[in-house]
Amino acid sequence: MAKYLLLKHYRGAPAPVNDVPMDQWTPEEISAHVRYMNDFAARLEKSGEFVDSQALTPEGSWVQYGGEGRPPVTDGPFAETKDLIAGWMIIDVDSHERAVELAAELSAAPGAGGRPIHEWLEVRPFMNPHAGVTDFAEHCTSTAPAQE
Amino acid sequence: MDEALLRSLTPNVLTVLVRRGADFAAAEDAVQEALLEAVRVWPDDPPRDAKGWLVTVAWRKFLDQARADSARRRREDRLEEEPPPGPASAVDDTLQLYFLCAHPSLTPSSAVALTLRAVGGLTTRQIAQAYLVPEATMAQRISRAKRTVSGVRFEQPGDVATVLRVLYLVFNEGYSGDVDLAAEAIRLTRQLAAAIDHPEVAGLLALMLLHHARRAARTAPDGSLVPLAEQDRGRWDTAMIAEGVEILQAALARDRLGEFQAQAAVAALHADAPRAEETDWVQIVEWYDELVRLTDSPVARLNRAVAVGEADGPRAGLAALAELDAALPRHTAVAAHLHERDGDLTTAARLYAEAARKAPNLAERDHLTRQAARLNTLLRP
Repeated sequence: MAKYLLLKHYRGAPAPVNDVPMDQWTPEEISAHVRYMNDFAARLEKSGEFVDSQALTPEGSWVQYGGEGRPPVTDGPFAETKDLIAGWMIIDVDSHERAVELAAELSAAPGAGGRPIHEWLEVRPFMNPHAGVTDFAEHCTSTAPAQE
Repeated sequence: MDEALLRSLTPNVLTVLVRRGADFAAAEDAVQEALLEAVRVWPDDPPRDAKGWLVTVAWRKFLDQARADSARRRREDRLEEEPPPGPASAVDDTLQLYFLCAHPSLTPSSAVALTLRAVGGLTTRQIAQAYLVPEATMAQRISRAKRTVSGVRFEQPGDVATVLRVLYLVFNEGYSGDVDLAAEAIRLTRQLAAAIDHPEVAGLLALMLLHHARRAARTAPDGSLVPLAEQDRGRWDTAMIAEGVEILQAALARDRLGEFQAQAAVAALHADAPRAEETDWVQIVEWYDELVRLTDSPVARLNRAVAVGEADGPRAGLAALAELDAALPRHTAVAAHLHERDGDLTTAARLYAEAARKAPNLAERDHLTRQAARLNTLLRP
């Protein structure tokens, strides 16, 4: 029972095997791709492993605190940003192996020519917000001496 | 509206339906519906016999559903005409229900979800909230789990060890949302202990109580972790500790040691120390030796290294640690602590920071980062 983020990149991931941009596919190939993605999400819902799925627009801006009484500072988007996230799926699975298996399945979505894209997906484990409650956790963090 | 009573009746009501011939999956749905109806109706119109009410309503829900399913009509009508089978012990039935919900064919997460619903009487929504997944996902997980065990005979003997693992998982999840999973795990383990006389069930119950007793002292008001050595022992729940110790002693007297009893013994030794410096680390090392012998678990060996560091000094702890795989979770955190105790603050600070980067959860990461920061502040000229 652990949550994983399957991260899809517009830019920043290594090149996939079937590296043809989507606008060069046939409309049927695009439909087949979308259907595959929807079926995949539906399957995960059925298996009780689906948590969330979202897509992001390719363009965003950078925002920074502008200082006391000043408006936020905004900038970008920057064309040179190397790592551009396209979207994600969050899954809740029993093992790391299962997370990898599902990511591979998602990466097999069909692209140009109906062949799998072999897209590289980033698999990131979630951090549990709280520690477990047994000594096993308590001990290993119980390590600071009382006097400081 | 006594939700605790309602939930405690859940396994009983469910097994009555199963005894009357309802299949497990349909009976479980019917009980869940009856529970929801009880929540609606009872506040204005409390029943005199809560269990009788639930059985009647759940059975009616089951029949309604069965009738709606025309393919099954004939079979259910026949069931209705048949007298219910002879009385089986409610205690045995409850035990069977635990076995079924923790059946080895289920994945851990499915077994947990099914146990919380069918034995614990929690709603799908509550379970989904506790595990931070959408309700639809949890509903699917539970119905899949029920399909998985649909072929298992209710009377089939089970292994209590699988049930204990499921309850331990629930306990260790702590609490999030409005369901206190640790308290729920204790309730379910207590109920199991009433249904079966088994030293490891008692051992797990004792372990849970001894840990739960420290809960208030384990986190600071800002949510940060308070390590065992720094906890305000005045905030430990002494009544709960006493109960845990008593249950553990009775279990140990049976002379059938198991991993949960050994873990509980360690927890009891911590609970027994009025001040951290008075902890009997020598005995704790001995219990970890037992635990290593029983489980051969690397985690037990890692904890043993911590205890050795306290009993025989940090050098001895580091020597014990050196025999373990450095890739073990929390290995670096233990190394940092032992180096600090050994006076090597530079190494300790570096290792705390490294341990923080590898921490499996936020609370531990923040704690370890603070340890690194504390040492780095001391080291600054």
